[in-house]
Amino acid sequence: MAQAIRMALHYAEENLGVTDIFGEDVGPPLGGVFTTTQGLKTAWNSPLDERGIIGAAIGLALAGQRPIAEIQFCDYILNSVDLLMLAGGVHWSSNGDWNLPMVLKTPVGSGIRGSIYHSHSFDAVATHMPGWKIVMPSTPLDAYGLMLSACQDDNPVMYLEPKALLRIRGDELLPGEPSDQRKLSKMIDAPLGDRSKWQPIWPKLEPYSVPIGKAKLVRPGGDITVVSYGRTQPLCAKAAEALAEEGIDAELIDLRSLWPYDWELIKSSVQKTGRALFVNEDTEVTNFGEHLVRRTVEELFYRLLAPPRLLAGKFVPGIGLADNLEMASVPQLPEITDAIRALAREEP
Amino acid sequence: MAHPLNRPQLVKREQAALPLDRALLIQIHELMVEARALEERLIRMYRQGQGFFWIGGPGEEAFNVPLGLLMKKGEGLDYDYLHAHYRQSATLLALGEEPIGALRQMKNTATDPYSGGRNFIGHFSKRRWNIVPGTSPVEVQYSMAPGTAIAQKRHGGEGITIVTGGDAGTAEGDFETCLNWSSRPGNQLPMLIIVTNNQWGISTAASTVQGCKTIADRGKPYNMRVKTINGNDPVTSYLELKEAMGYVRKERKPFLLEAMVSRLYGHSSASGANFVPEEPDCVKLYEQWLEENGVLSRPQMDEVHSHWSTQIAEAARKVRDEPQPTADSIWEHIFAEKK
Repeated sequence: MAQAIRMALHYAEENLGVTDIFGEDVGPPLGGVFTTTQGLKTAWNSPLDERGIIGAAIGLALAGQRPIAEIQFCDYILNSVDLLMLAGGVHWSSNGDWNLPMVLKTPVGSGIRGSIYHSHSFDAVATHMPGWKIVMPSTPLDAYGLMLSACQDDNPVMYLEPKALLRIRGDELLPGEPSDQRKLSKMIDAPLGDRSKWQPIWPKLEPYSVPIGKAKLVRPGGDITVVSYGRTQPLCAKAAEALAEEGIDAELIDLRSLWPYDWELIKSSVQKTGRALFVNEDTEVTNFGEHLVRRTVEELFYRLLAPPRLLAGKFVPGIGLADNLEMASVPQLPEITDAIRALAREEP
Repeated sequence: MAHPLNRPQLVKREQAALPLDRALLIQIHELMVEARALEERLIRMYRQGQGFFWIGGPGEEAFNVPLGLLMKKGEGLDYDYLHAHYRQSATLLALGEEPIGALRQMKNTATDPYSGGRNFIGHFSKRRWNIVPGTSPVEVQYSMAPGTAIAQKRHGGEGITIVTGGDAGTAEGDFETCLNWSSRPGNQLPMLIIVTNNQWGISTAASTVQGCKTIADRGKPYNMRVKTINGNDPVTSYLELKEAMGYVRKERKPFLLEAMVSRLYGHSSASGANFVPEEPDCVKLYEQWLEENGVLSRPQMDEVHSHWSTQIAEAARKVRDEPQPTADSIWEHIFAEKK
């Protein structure tokens, strides 16, 4: 997925008017701690200053540029929440006079044993900030398509990268991506050691769009609706496959966009199944999934066969480093499987 | 009524050489009076219940008027960007803005040209002139301003980024962000970084919370040009701003300018908005100087005051009957649509 993001950024700086891709260690020689910005011609290193990064992105966007700012880990964005609020409000508070065509990308969530301050999620906070569009891919192809959409939007778009998935390979190739993974790596991955003379050889990439606000029906099913995004999405897919053998036919939706989100797809699915489970890994109190549960109850109450449920991260201050601690803090495959099974079989 | 400045001027034969062109001195006076009349009307509107809150810049006119006069006004990278704080009405008027816009924002009418009744008075925004939306959190503008300056540095030309704020807010990290981002080696930005220092943060005296001798000193470790000036004198302000802006425009490097100013009606309506007689009043001081140097007579200046208080009172009457934004309008402009 990191390569897909990088290729999307390359496409965007070549074709979509992206002017600046910047943040801590985003430019050469490193090209991002997750390598998502290696070899990009508009990538540059900023001071280690999150407020400066977000402020500069706002200023660049005000000046008609198309910046993509990176916060190295979403855990470090929290000192800039007021700037994010202001960015979300620029268009509204100026009564439509100004707008900010900017993208803010940041890795989120657990899965790399990042301990207390490299494992936080940000979707709950992000969805408290009106005026932002918020996306979170769970496959490389969606990562590519969502980034291209984000780079064409006239509004601030927050692009949340599930860091546990940044190393996954997708089942589908990007349009223009060579099928030989080793060949691609030789073309676009920076070499170890001295990189001062290295230049990437970009494949001939084609545009591909994942519209912001459209979810994806990953697996059709009739017994229960499971809605997830980010790291927990592929786990839900695995759980659904396993449960199919037990005769539970789960319908799985990858939300992909958290704001605006695809309520129509959720609604039509829940109307069909009568059961809804929302799965994400942010802490469970005032979690975005709680909003989805609330809306499901309010709008679909008489179609429900069981209470809609949320499976999310434990409301503890951080994700502890030890394996047991991380496993116990955020949803893993066994719990997700259990939760789907229990809700699918729940009777009054 | 005929405008007083269109009448013959009193000229003293024995006058010394003036530091600025006479017409400019008169224009600065006129704008300072206009700005003061506007602020005093805004305070009165607050007192009469025609607005929920007042905050503004009486006491900063001597600095803010020259700033507006010297700005390169227009839209886009070739023109100056202004990241203003909320005491900048005189700058807007000097740029040519009609005072009725501020009255509308005070009254939070749908016609408020800066926010459509959404934001406080003094929170200006005008894309056509590169006036970026003003905000209430002090100092965030210092984090945003490097962004417009990066774009201008890349673009070339003469357009610069101007950011203004108060002394109290320089305690925020955003101020240091601004100093650092504007002075990165090989990447200096064309920024005029302004602090209008009124020596107060609401009720807290700067002398009790600021460790540095002058705020301008804080630019020195970043190898930028700095200066502290008397912002209560419009002639000094004009000349120093001209020098600093000329440097930033030509050299494409930052300049930190600290202007000592007054806060003539306190922080805001929250602290009463009462006149503070102990602080130097730049309008009075300037008028004394104009009279002494034979530029304008007292009766002429009285007429300027009377002209603007009448004009602005008339404008305020007009605004009084203008409608508020509709309730449904809260849903407008959350997202920009593709043009």
